[in-house]
This record gives sequence, C-alpha cells and structure tokens, in this order.
Amino acid sequence: MSRKTLIPIGPYHPLQEEPELFKLYCDGEIVKDIQWVTGYNHRSIEKLSESKTYEQVFFLVERICGICSTSHPFAFANAVEEIAGIEATDRAKYIRSIIGELERIHSHLLWVGLAGHFLGYNTVFMWAWKYREPVLDLFEMITGNRNSYAMFRVGGVRRDIESDKIAAIRKILSDVKTKTDLITGAVMDDPVIHSRLKGVGILTKQDVIDYGAVGPTARASGVAIDVRKDDPYAAYPLVDWKVITAKAGDVFAKAEVRLLEMYESISIIEQCLKGLEKEKEGDIMVKVNEIPEGIGHGRAEAPRGEVFHFVLSDGSNSPARHKIRAPSYVNIATFKKSCVGQTIADATITLAGVDPCYCCTERMAVVYDANSGEKIMNARELIDRSISRSHNIMEELKKNK
Amino acid sequence: METESIIQNFKDKFASDILETQIKNQKRIIVTIKPGSLLKMAGFLYKDAGFRFIIATAIHTKRGFEIHYHFSKDSVGLILNLHVILDKENPEVESLSNMFNASNWIEREMHELFGINFLNHPNQDKLISEGNWAEGVYPYRKEFKSNSEEKE
Repeated sequence: MSRKTLIPIGPYHPLQEEPELFKLYCDGEIVKDIQWVTGYNHRSIEKLSESKTYEQVFFLVERICGICSTSHPFAFANAVEEIAGIEATDRAKYIRSIIGELERIHSHLLWVGLAGHFLGYNTVFMWAWKYREPVLDLFEMITGNRNSYAMFRVGGVRRDIESDKIAAIRKILSDVKTKTDLITGAVMDDPVIHSRLKGVGILTKQDVIDYGAVGPTARASGVAIDVRKDDPYAAYPLVDWKVITAKAGDVFAKAEVRLLEMYESISIIEQCLKGLEKEKEGDIMVKVNEIPEGIGHGRAEAPRGEVFHFVLSDGSNSPARHKIRAPSYVNIATFKKSCVGQTIADATITLAGVDPCYCCTERMAVVYDANSGEKIMNARELIDRSISRSHNIMEELKKNK
Repeated sequence: METESIIQNFKDKFASDILETQIKNQKRIIVTIKPGSLLKMAGFLYKDAGFRFIIATAIHTKRGFEIHYHFSKDSVGLILNLHVILDKENPEVESLSNMFNASNWIEREMHELFGINFLNHPNQDKLISEGNWAEGVYPYRKEFKSNSEEKE
C-alpha cells in the first residue's frame, strides 16, 4: 500500500472569498481522492422560509447567492405561480427574461475573469471584470440595485422597464457584445490557455448523468439540457435562440460554452426588448388573492445550471415546506470524478471549472458546545456581536484622529 | 403525447406498487408508492426510461416522514415525483446512492437534518455540519425549536 499525502485547500481559500475545504489525497503530484467539507456558514434558508410570508420569501431566496441573485426568486415565482395557477402578463415575462439573461452575462464574465485569475493570467481577470461593470450599471438603472435586484413577486415584477430606457440598454448591450468578441477571441486563440485547459478535468457524458450535473457543466460534456428549452418559462418560448453544447467535457469546453452562451443571452435580450415595445407600459402585475393548498415545482436556468424549488403550501400565507436545490449542489459533487488523476496544479482550475458557488450549497448559524451539546449562541447573537465589534472599531478610529 | 405513454407504461408495469397517482398536468406528476418498491421503480426511471434525478425533498408531517424524489425527463420537460411515506418513529428507506451518485449528498443531508436512515448508503457522515452540531438533534423536524423560539 502506498502512502498518500493530504493537501488541504481551505477553509480559508487562497483565491475565493467563500469558506470551504477540499482535502486532496495525493500520491506524489497526482490527486488520488478528494473530499469536500462544508458547513462553515449554513444559513438554514429552507427552515427560515417556513416562517416568512410568500412576499418576504422572495427577498430571502434572493440572498442565497449574490451572483445569481435572480435565479432563485425566478424559480420560486414559477413554483408559487404553479400552485396558484396564475400566469404573468407578457410584459412581465419579457422583463423577467431580460433580468435573467443580463445576470447570465455578468455571471459568465465574472467566471471568465476568475478562471484567468486561477491560471495566473490576470490580464483576462482585469478585462472581464472591467467589461462586466457596464452590465452592473445597467442593472442599477433598471432595478435600482447592482445586485439583489428585488424585481420578482408572485404574478409579475415590481418595476417596469420604461420605454425611454430601452435605447440606453441597447447601447450598453452593443458595447458588451464588442467586448465579448474581444475576450472570446483572446481566450479561444491563446496557446497558453489551450495548453492549460484542454484535456484537463474531463467529465464524460456518463459521469454527468451519474452525478446529475446541470448547466454549462453538463452542456460542455454534450448533454444538451437547459430548462429554458426543456420546460419553458417566462419569455423563453417567445424568442428564438439555441442551446450551446460542446463535446470534450474538459475545462476548455466549459469556458467555450459559457463564452458562446453570452451571445445567445444578448440576442435573447434584444428580442425581449422588441417584445416590450409591443406591450402596453405598466402592465406588469396580475392580482393574486391567495395561495391555495398544493404542491409547486419551480425551475429556472441559472448561469450555473438548473435551480429547483419545491414548495408545499397548506393554504396559509407562508410555505409549509420549501426545498431549494442550487446547481452547485450537484456540480461540486462531480469533483470526485474530474479531479482524480489530475496533477495538483490542474486541480485548482478543475475546481473552478464548474463555477462553484458555496453559499448556494450551504444554507443556520448556531454555535453548539461540542461536549455537552448545549446551544451557546444563535444567529441573532452572532450578528449583534459582529455589529458591536464594528462599532467599537469605529469608535477607536475616531479617538485616534 | 409522449408524456401519456410514459405514464401509462409506468402504471402498467408497477400497478401493484402504486398507491395513488396525481396528474396535475402534462408536466407535473406525483406517484405515491410503497417504500419497499422505491429501489426498483427509481431504477426503472433512471436506467430504462431516461429520467434524471433532480433532488429529493423530505417533509415532516402528521403522517410521518414523507420524501418526494424528483425525477426529470428533460426531452419533454416532465417532473415525476416518487412519493413515499415513512414510519413516524423509525423512518428508514433504501438508499439510491448505489445506483447513481446524484442522491449521495441529499441522502446524507436528510439523514442529518431529519434523522431519516438510508439503508445501504455508502457513507452517511454529516455533510453540512461536521464537527459543530450536537448528536441526535434534527433541526428540520417540526418539534425542533430555535433559541429565539425557546425564549418566547
């Protein structure tokens, strides 16, 4: 039996902001097994959701993930509307799709940047994040926020996109398109990126089916699943677009799928804007009286893959049970396949390849005493402690002035 | 059309295992089955009918512990739930993780949060609370009270 070396990445990750621990069991340079440890910040959103009204849950699920903050409300709206048997107006559908696709563009740009950063290729990082900025400005113009847009509610959206804003959106989109050309050209043609990404972290079609992987991770291995096509919602059946797939299943294929998807997103938004011009301004809400008893399944295609929400309603004003499955939950599990057999140097980019989002995967902050099992501190007390700490620091700074 | 033939085929094959079928529409179907039949029915969906396992939802109700196993047939946009109702005192059911890896984590999570036992699961260690959670405390059960609730 050979001895294996344990190389930990985390819990304080050298690159990403979120806490997670990968234990790489290595034999020399080669990764032989991998274990993933999480739970550093479990927020228990599913349980919290049972104590909130349907209107409040939108704000809660929006905070599951800061990057794809609209895909959770999107799926939740789909689930609740299925229970209530209502359909949003066409104008609301167009607005929903526009927000969804803008989010995909900014999220994919963010990933391309981070992937460059992981490779030590910081030019790509600087470019991608610079060109992502106008998209966030666009969000601020449409929704009032750069992130966590609070646009969704049961039966429609909260804010309209007024006609006088459409020209400005088109202008920014065409700029984003030129910049996407630039980045796509730079990434697809770069021999360094080719040699770092091709043949690295391969997931076969069978692996994808076995782990139930979704989104660009699945599509890069030739599994053409996309909720927007398979189980159409919002304005996706009203516009023309295609599902991007690749065959190789390596990290390069994942990058390729994401880059080409941005063009589809831009095209979808352009068509939605045309659709918006045909609809009457202000017609964005359907009145909802009550949510009856029943079961609802909501799906939405987030930038990272399918988001799934299951809502059980008992006829009251809050969900009786709310199950959330974020795409990273199934995608991160595939590391067991994609990392094993790689060198340690390739493991980092393979981990980044699925665009993992840890906060999506963990969702209760309670501190227990390990020996007695006694609760020491709950989430509220933790927050209070954090606030008083910041307060103390501010006071100290004032004194020192 | 394809959906109907899928369902008809499924119902004919497993007539004696199905307790109740609820067809909400052409894209959403809930089939309540006997817990003992779960493994073979899930195996049929995954291996023969081309379904993908999305996730499973455990619910603590008056009837006991219920699990909805959500399966998706992507070519027709269908979600089929295999719904099992487990015993109140001693909830246990066969694990699906030996068939596909997709259910491995969620079964660990349900074991941890609800205390449902999955038979023949390869590794039922804690998934999200390793090292900072008391044994035998199942926070997603209805009787669980958080600190703030206890104070009231």
